[in-house]
Amino acid sequence: MSTPASDVRTNYLNANYSVRSWLLTTDHKRIAILYLVSISAFFAIGGALAGMLRLALLTPHGDLVQAETYNKLFTMHGITMIFFFLIPSIPAVLGNFLVPIMVGARDLAFPRINLLSWYVYTLGGAFTLVAAVTGGVDTGWTFYTPYSSTYANTNVILTALGVFITGFSSILTGLNFVVTIHKMRAPGLTWNRLPLFIWAHYATSLIMLLGTPVIAITILLVALERGLGIGIFDPNLGGDPVLFQHLFWFYSHPAVYIMILPSMGVMSELVACFSRKRIFGYNFVAFSSVAIAVLGFLVWGHHMFVSSQSMYAGMIFSLLSFLVAIPSAIKVFNWTATMYKGSIALQTPMLYAFGFIGLFTIGGLTGIFLATLAVDVHVHDTYFVVAHFHYIMVGGAIMGYLGGLHFWWPKITGKLYSEVWGRIAAVTLFLGFNLTFFPQFVLGFLGMPRRYHVYPPEFQFLNVMSSAGATVLGLGYLLPILYLTWSLFFGKAAGPNPWGATGLEWQTPSPPPTFNFDKTPVVAEEAYAYDSPLEGHRV
Amino acid sequence: MSDHIPQVAHQFEDATQQYETATLGMWAFLITEIMFFGGLFAGFFVYILAHAQAFAEGSRHLDLTLGTINTVVLLGSSLTMALAVRSAQEGNRNGQMLFLVLTILLGLAFLGIKGVEYAHKFEQHLVPGPQFRLEGPHAQSAQLFFSFYFAMTGVHALHMVIGVGLLAWLLVNAWRGRYTPAYFTPVEVCGLYWHFVDVVWIFLFPTLYLVARHA
Amino acid sequence: MTHPTVPLRLYVGIFVGLILLTGLTVGIAFFDLGGGRLHAVNAIAAITIAITKALLVVLYFMHIRYSNRLTWVFAGAGVFWLLILIVLTLADYLSRGWLPLPRPWSS
Repeated sequence: MSTPASDVRTNYLNANYSVRSWLLTTDHKRIAILYLVSISAFFAIGGALAGMLRLALLTPHGDLVQAETYNKLFTMHGITMIFFFLIPSIPAVLGNFLVPIMVGARDLAFPRINLLSWYVYTLGGAFTLVAAVTGGVDTGWTFYTPYSSTYANTNVILTALGVFITGFSSILTGLNFVVTIHKMRAPGLTWNRLPLFIWAHYATSLIMLLGTPVIAITILLVALERGLGIGIFDPNLGGDPVLFQHLFWFYSHPAVYIMILPSMGVMSELVACFSRKRIFGYNFVAFSSVAIAVLGFLVWGHHMFVSSQSMYAGMIFSLLSFLVAIPSAIKVFNWTATMYKGSIALQTPMLYAFGFIGLFTIGGLTGIFLATLAVDVHVHDTYFVVAHFHYIMVGGAIMGYLGGLHFWWPKITGKLYSEVWGRIAAVTLFLGFNLTFFPQFVLGFLGMPRRYHVYPPEFQFLNVMSSAGATVLGLGYLLPILYLTWSLFFGKAAGPNPWGATGLEWQTPSPPPTFNFDKTPVVAEEAYAYDSPLEGHRV
Repeated sequence: MSDHIPQVAHQFEDATQQYETATLGMWAFLITEIMFFGGLFAGFFVYILAHAQAFAEGSRHLDLTLGTINTVVLLGSSLTMALAVRSAQEGNRNGQMLFLVLTILLGLAFLGIKGVEYAHKFEQHLVPGPQFRLEGPHAQSAQLFFSFYFAMTGVHALHMVIGVGLLAWLLVNAWRGRYTPAYFTPVEVCGLYWHFVDVVWIFLFPTLYLVARHA
Repeated sequence: MTHPTVPLRLYVGIFVGLILLTGLTVGIAFFDLGGGRLHAVNAIAAITIAITKALLVVLYFMHIRYSNRLTWVFAGAGVFWLLILIVLTLADYLSRGWLPLPRPWSS
C-alpha cells in the first residue's frame, strides 16, 4: 500500500484557512486543537506560578513574597492546574480528537455542543484570569468556608464564578463522550472490541457527568453567601463548614480520577503498541476503569479525617479508599504483564509510559498511607500530601498526556517530531520531577506543613533540592514546546501509521480528512491485534 | 414550508439514530441536573436534622395555598407538555401549537405566583440578610431555612425561565410546520426537560412547605 | 422508530392521579403521624408520595415506560448517585458520638 502524500490531499487542517472556519468549527479535530492552545496557555501560567512558589521556598524566611501573596500564588497555581489544565487536558485534546475516530464515527454525537464546551471553558478561564490580575484569591483551591464565604478579602466570587462556568465545559464534554460511545460505534465494534482509551474516557465521562454538578452548586452557594450575605455555611447562623467540605469533596475526589483515568487509557495504547502485544487481561483493565469511576465516588471523606467527621464515617471512608486502590493496581499489573515477553521499543511515548507506571505506583501507594487513619493524622496538610498528589498528577497524569501527545502527534499534525530530542526531554522530565518531589515526601514526614511561606531552617536543604529539581522539570516541559513546534514547520511528513499500531485512527491518513472516513468502517477484530500477521505494519 | 424529509445531521447514519442519540443526550443532561439540585437537597437534609424546630417554624411561614396552587399549575403544565409532544408525534400542527401555548402560560403563571410569594417574603422581612427579622428563639437557624428556600426555589425558577424560552422556540418552529411524525425530536427532548423541572418541584414542595404543618 | 403514541386517556388519568396525590400529601401534613422530634413518619409519608408522583411523571410523561433499557439505566444511575451523596453525607452526621473519642491528653 503506497503512502499517500498527506500534505497534498485535503485534510481537516487545510480544508479552510480562515479564522472564522476555526472559531465556528464543529469538527471535533479542530476543537481539539483549540483546546490544545488554551490548555497550553493555562499550563504555562500554572507552571510560572509554581516557579514562583519554588523560588520563594529557597529560603526559610518569607523574604521573596509576603504571606498573603504566597497564599495567592499557591491558590492560583492549584486552581489553574486542576480546573484549567489537568481536568480538560487529555479528554479535551486527545479525547476530542480520537474518540470519534476510534469508534469509527464521522464526529461526536453533538458537534455544536462540543464547540460550545470550548467557548464555555474559555469564558470561565477569562473570569479566573481577570480575578487573578485584579488581586487574586488566597483561600487555597479548596475554597474552605467560612474563610472563603465570609472572611477572605480577595476575589473569591469572581474566581468561584470562573470555576463554576468552566465546570459546564467538563459536563458537556462528558455528555458528548458518553452518548457517542453508546450510540455511534461502527458496525462490529462491540464493547469488548473498543480500545481501552475509549473505556477510560467512558469512565471519565461518567465522573464528569455525575460529580461536576455538585461542585457547581456548592461553589454557587459560596458565591451567594459571600455576595448576598446569606448564611449557608456560616457558623453564626447554625451553618456547618464541614457540610461545605462534604459537598466540595464529593466532586473533588472523583475529580482526581477524571485527571488520571484518561492517562491510564493512554497507557494501555502505548504499552500495547510498544510491546507489540495485546493488553494482558483486557477485560480486567476495562472493568477496572469503570470500577475506579464508581468506587471513586465513595471515598471522599478521606480528605476530612481530621475535620471533625465522625470516627465511624472515617473508618468506612478509609476502608473504601483501600478498595479503590485495587483496580488501579490491577491495571499496573496488567501493563507490566503485557510488557513481559513483548518486543519493547524505547521510543519517546514508551519512555513516558515507563515513567508513568513507576511514578504512578509510588503516588498510588503513598495514597494508601494517607488513607490510613492513624498515619493521616500525622501527615495531613504536610508536604507528604503535596508529594503524593504531584506524583499522581505530574508523574502520572502529565506523563500520560505528554506520552499520548507524542504518540498521536504524527496523526494530529501529519508531521514527525525529532525522536532524539523527544527522548532527551522525557528523561530530563523524569529526573527533574523526582528531584522536585521526592524530597517533599521526606519534608512532609518530618512535619513541614503545606501552604506555609516560611519553614524551620533545618528543612532548607531539602527545599533547595526540590527547587533545583523544579528548574530541571521546567526544562523538561520547555523542550517539547520547542521541538514539537519546530516539527510543525520542518518535521518530516508522517504516513498514516508511523508506529505500526492497531486501531481505527491509524487507518486514516495523517492528518485525517474532515469527516474521518470515506466509508463507515466495519470492525471484525479485537483491539490490539498485534499478533495477527496482517496487522501492525509501519507505514 | 412543511418539511416531510426528516433532517438528519451529518454525523448520524439515519433518523432513528439521531432520535435515540438526542433523547439519550437529554437524559444524560438530566442526570447532571439531578446531582445539581441534589447538592441543595443534601444540604437541606443535613440541616433539618440539626435544626428541626427552626426549619419547621420557617416552613410554617411559607404560603401553603400559593405553594399548592403552584404545584397544581406545574402538574397541569406537564400534562399539556405531554399532549404537545403527542400532537407533534401525530403530525397535528394545531394541537402542537395549542398545547405549547398552554404550557407556556401555565409556566408563566407558576413564575408569577412565585414572584408574589417572594414579594410577600420581602414584606415580612424573611429574606435572609441584614433585613431578616423573625420572632422567637429560632431566628438564627430559621434564617438558614430561608436561605435554602430562596436558593432552591430560585434555582428552580431559573430553570423554569429557561424552559419557557425553549418552549417559545418550539412554538415558533411548530408554527412553521417543522415538526412531523418523522421528526419531532426537539419537542420530545424539550418535553423531557420540562417534565424534569416539574419532578424537581414535586420534591421541593413537600420538602419546603410541608415540614411540620400540624404543629 | 419511536414509541407508539400514548393514549390521551392515560395522560389525563395520570394527571388526575397526580392531583389526588398532591391533595393527599397536603391533607396528611396536618396530622401528626408520630416519629418523635423529626416527625419521621410524616416525613416518610411525604417522601413516599413524592416518589410516587415523580414515578408517574417519569414513567408516563417522560416515556421511560416505553424506552429502552439504556435510558432506564441512565435515569436510575442519576437517582442512585443522588442517594450516594445524601446517604454517605448523612452517615457522617448521624454517626457522630457513636464511638467514644480518645480522652484528651490533658483535661
